[in-house]
Amino acid sequence: MIEIRLHGRGGQGVVTAAELIATAAWEDKIYSQAFPTFGSERMGAPVASFVRLNKEKPIRIRSEIYEPDYLLVQDPTLIGTVDVFKGLKPGGTVIINSSKKPGEFKEVPAGVKVLTFPATDLALKVLGRPIPNTIMLGVFAAATGLIELPAIKRAIDERFPPEVAEKNKVAVTKAFEEIKGGAS
Amino acid sequence: MKKVMEGSLGVANAVRLCKPQMIAAYPITPQTHIVEGLAKMVADGNLDCHYVNVESEHSAASVTLGAAAAGVRVFTASSSQGIMLMAEVIFNIGSIRLPIVMVCVNRALSFPINIWNDQQDSFAVRDAGWIQLYAEDNQEATDMIFQAYRLAEDHRVSMPVMVCLDGFILSHAFEPLDLPEQAQVEEYLPPYKPIVKLDPENPLTMGVMGGPEVYMEMRKSVQDAMIDAMPVIEEVADEFKKMFGRGSAGLMEEYRMDDAELVILSMGSVLGTVKEVVDERREKGEKIGVLKLRCYRPFPVEQLRSALAGIPKVAVLEKDISLGYEGALFTDLKAALYNTENAPKISGFIAGLGGRDITRKTINDLIDMAKSGAEGTTFLDTAKEIAYLGGVQ
Repeated sequence: MIEIRLHGRGGQGVVTAAELIATAAWEDKIYSQAFPTFGSERMGAPVASFVRLNKEKPIRIRSEIYEPDYLLVQDPTLIGTVDVFKGLKPGGTVIINSSKKPGEFKEVPAGVKVLTFPATDLALKVLGRPIPNTIMLGVFAAATGLIELPAIKRAIDERFPPEVAEKNKVAVTKAFEEIKGGAS
Repeated sequence: MKKVMEGSLGVANAVRLCKPQMIAAYPITPQTHIVEGLAKMVADGNLDCHYVNVESEHSAASVTLGAAAAGVRVFTASSSQGIMLMAEVIFNIGSIRLPIVMVCVNRALSFPINIWNDQQDSFAVRDAGWIQLYAEDNQEATDMIFQAYRLAEDHRVSMPVMVCLDGFILSHAFEPLDLPEQAQVEEYLPPYKPIVKLDPENPLTMGVMGGPEVYMEMRKSVQDAMIDAMPVIEEVADEFKKMFGRGSAGLMEEYRMDDAELVILSMGSVLGTVKEVVDERREKGEKIGVLKLRCYRPFPVEQLRSALAGIPKVAVLEKDISLGYEGALFTDLKAALYNTENAPKISGFIAGLGGRDITRKTINDLIDMAKSGAEGTTFLDTAKEIAYLGGVQ
């Protein structure tokens, strides 16, 4: 079982990102479960969402995720405000939406792999809006191989109206290719 | 073919496939996505149905009652305070025995105001004469809708059915879901034929006054009908399983209960986490099983007695409390097993109230305490330093 926790702020599409991972994984017949932290969501407030993936069997456990294998931090300003790294498994991976270098995040626990990508910059360029969620999925897919790019694109097609979907697919592909091309 | 879908949308689609002719609803978290989904289906022309936006849950239930009395298939949904505001009408619907299907997306009751999950809301109306079914996962919640209509409308039953699913934990969770084809649903669920209906051609009245000379008999007939519904609940679940190749038994389902020395009895989504932990403890050689109670009302006394015969210990895990006594399911189970030979030692556990997360540790603690023979009721995962009006005499 692989457990993923996503952190962001209300309005950044953290729940949608979790949903898209679950949809994309199931496209490749990986059992999936995605759910939000349950609360009164407000624009700008810290929010988290969770994804479980299991290649072997359907997922039954319903508790929140306390020891994730992967972390996606959509908003780096959360670091220091919310303990986003809490419980991250040793050897786990964190992907941060930032133009900084991975080494600049001193708060990251030892033994954790860090990857940064300026998702908001790319979102502004391609989508015209500061919503980094789908781009982070492109980074996640390229870095982990847990979900496939075509599956993410199909999930985006199912989730968004055609015009929004097209732009998001361009953005997600760009992020995927940049990571595959060796950018950090 | 399975598709990843939010639980609420799965339920909304199941309702659409049952083709209700009238929906009346008022939004309330965490139920809102279901009726929003249905409103969209009606607006988009994907469901030919009279959708009534009402000004309160009391009206939602009342409009639903009226439409059902006129002989059409209806739907409504609510949660928490909404169920409370409906309560008066919920009891009327139960006694008139109108075959209404309502989804209760389980949420805690105020005070404190709390939008998160527990099962206090549906427990509060358990005595209203509705069949209450509790779903373990979103596939089951979705499939329960088809079963609920078939059950409610069966002339041997003719009774409202409340499909209960845990708020947020199920309603807002995305997981792979299988939705049947329209033709399959129609094969399983025949068109609704009311036993009686309000009809200007054949005037009659419903829901009238009944004095001491008839009231008791009226109540007793509802009680008799509830008890008689049990085999039909099993039948519709079995036929669903046969036709669709998935699903649970109607009243309850055993999990790893062979040779079990401890059985955990519970309802709803927590069963997934319980089964996961029980598998882990089984691997360590501990003889633990799970009894999933799917139907809370009617309460399957005989079936519980036979399922738990010879089991030394039973732990009841529930998300409700009858304040001033104990968990309601704990009370019910003890009463059901009283005066039976070799009744198990039963421990009561309350967890997950107001959305407190139920974790592996919660279940492991429960198992440890139940094995060592915990007495009475235990609140799991509570902090001693938090107390309301603490110290005030």
